[in-house]
Amino acid sequence: MLDNAALLIKDQQLSDNHWQLIDKEQVIDLSSVADSDHIILPFAHWQENQPMVLGKANIGLWLDSDESAEPLASVCHDVPLIAINFPVFSDGRGYSYARTLRDHFAYRGEIRAIGDVLPDQMYFYQRCGFNSFLLRSDVNPETAINCLNDFSLSYQAGSDQRTPIFHQR
Amino acid sequence: MYQYDHYDRQVIKERVDQYRNQTQRFLAGEISEAEFLPLRLQNGLYVQRLAPMLRVAVPYGLYNTAQMRKLAAITRDYDKGYIHVSTRQNFQLNWPRLEDVPDILDELASVDMHAVQTSGNCIRNTTTDQYAGVAVDEIEDPRPWCELIRQWSTFHPEFALLPRKFKIAVCATEEDRAAFKFHDIGVELIHNDAGETAFNIHVGGGLGRTPVISQLIKPNLAWPHLITYLEAVLRVYNQLGRRDNKYKARIKILVKAMGAEAFAARVDQEWQFIKDNDNTLNIEAVDRVKAFFIPHDYQSVDDQVSNERLQSQRLESTAFNRWLDKNVQPHKQPGYAIVNLALKPTGIAPGDISDYQMEAIADLADRFSGGLLRNTHHQNIVLADVKKDDLFELWQCCESLAIATPNLGYLSDPICCPGGDYCALANAKSIPIAEAVQRQFDDLDYLYDLGPIDLNISGCMNACGHHHVGHIGILGVDKKGKEFYQISLGGNMSREASIGKILGPSFSSEEIPEVIQKILDVYVNKRTDEEPFIDTYRRLGIAPFKEYVYAG
Repeated sequence: MLDNAALLIKDQQLSDNHWQLIDKEQVIDLSSVADSDHIILPFAHWQENQPMVLGKANIGLWLDSDESAEPLASVCHDVPLIAINFPVFSDGRGYSYARTLRDHFAYRGEIRAIGDVLPDQMYFYQRCGFNSFLLRSDVNPETAINCLNDFSLSYQAGSDQRTPIFHQR
Repeated sequence: MYQYDHYDRQVIKERVDQYRNQTQRFLAGEISEAEFLPLRLQNGLYVQRLAPMLRVAVPYGLYNTAQMRKLAAITRDYDKGYIHVSTRQNFQLNWPRLEDVPDILDELASVDMHAVQTSGNCIRNTTTDQYAGVAVDEIEDPRPWCELIRQWSTFHPEFALLPRKFKIAVCATEEDRAAFKFHDIGVELIHNDAGETAFNIHVGGGLGRTPVISQLIKPNLAWPHLITYLEAVLRVYNQLGRRDNKYKARIKILVKAMGAEAFAARVDQEWQFIKDNDNTLNIEAVDRVKAFFIPHDYQSVDDQVSNERLQSQRLESTAFNRWLDKNVQPHKQPGYAIVNLALKPTGIAPGDISDYQMEAIADLADRFSGGLLRNTHHQNIVLADVKKDDLFELWQCCESLAIATPNLGYLSDPICCPGGDYCALANAKSIPIAEAVQRQFDDLDYLYDLGPIDLNISGCMNACGHHHVGHIGILGVDKKGKEFYQISLGGNMSREASIGKILGPSFSSEEIPEVIQKILDVYVNKRTDEEPFIDTYRRLGIAPFKEYVYAG
């Protein structure tokens, strides 16, 4: 399931991971979370405790592939990190969730891809607004970072800063 | 046709590099079989029954003779010297080696071709009328819009892993030759009351296991919004389409489940967010693409003189006369005609041509039709700009290449998928069925008397042979390990779209020619003067056909 030992690529670089993912089944006492701990709560758990966790710089949330980003419209700006889970890499719903956060709600925090995250999908993740990626520990980080730059040009606008080719011509 | 600039070339070059690297990592064991699957599929590579199959993209079916010659060379150097024209206007190679595919893609890139998104759960090749730009009944050339859709959908970051494949067709004519009502999105080009280009957006059509005719969800969409609206449809589908069952994953199932109205409302809600964003088209972008589709450099020809000459040539040769009647279509430019090269001679898999034929066809296109070619979803090839004065000479050349069978639109010109001879998905063979029917019905006078009949043959429920929309449809099914064939009647691909009804229990392959004969006998006995097969069927329903075919 959620692999906390995995490799983190953030803002195009291999990075240390300070955030601990909390499973849906995991029971956690929020009052015992120290300011130095960084945790990512399952969305349902986060929602139940919203008054307590909203605005905390060390508490993020994660959406599963069947949990859309729509309910976060008004609150996402007070969440430091939103992770989106890919239970299998071929389930592409999370791409749209990230775009919803970035394009509709203008979310500026960290969007992290978690779960079955593969280097060969990273170019696409990035264009949809993800800026960090938790990869399997056996992935070659160099390969993964190279994949972020598979294409230097894009035909269409995305959630990154790229201008569609048709506006450049 | 559209010409690549350095931007397009750069994108395709980077794609080849990316796939070469992915193939190397797969062969080195760094990428698993399951992880490699969508990567190779989105580069057109299937692993088939006997060998891989590589599907080469032909955007909206249009290509030039340099590309055709390059493809011929590729079939010789990497394959077995022939190629297949698919029902989505693409080309398919049947025997490439997985290891060679990066090199093949490199060769394709040298003539501005690729295999991008010809397979996989992504947006596929956008198709349109094979007579686009020259059709008499056209409102406006649809190809610039197809090209704009091609560019937007190429490597779209959000829609690479949709619930299922996604097909878009554009129709800009009175008579529908793009089967747009059977696509995930059918874009119907119209001119609005102000005379400006606009689109009716139809969503949720498709064939496959559950054939559905699409529904209009957005009438009269102004052209600048074409791309953003399509993006809104795709974003809703990507999030809400079913992923638990691949047979229920197409957008048609979602539209049915939500209801077209609720679906349209959800799309509109999404669209409000993105309506005027950077993907919105402007006149410069559209005009730039339109400039690539300016009409052929037509010579001024006295149409009447040309017609008189054709009249006397008709009298010289019955065979030419037939070909002219059946395989040549009217052209919007006086003195010109549209020629269909028939790729369905009996004994050859429908839509297959050899490297030698490909090169000869390229020569013909250079000589007679401005160096451009089109693939049709009927699996034939079109030369769209032929001078009437050249028709006789062109016909003689076609005769010698065995691409002049005067049967376009008749029973012996079937749409047929590769079937069990090649495809790993097929339940049954389809090519031998096409051949058996062609052998049984080889008398042209009889075929002409029957009139136009669409015979569509698929080797499985995936319906690549479009069996649901054939006037007569044949579907291969597997019954306890044996191949059987189910017949349906009354399907129709045109504007009066309909889905065929199943006749009854299935038949063995040996029985098919006789069953078809019986169906035709009922038609011939019951038809009124000049009544086409489909009209007789619609008047009578399936009962008399069923009764006669299954009577002792």
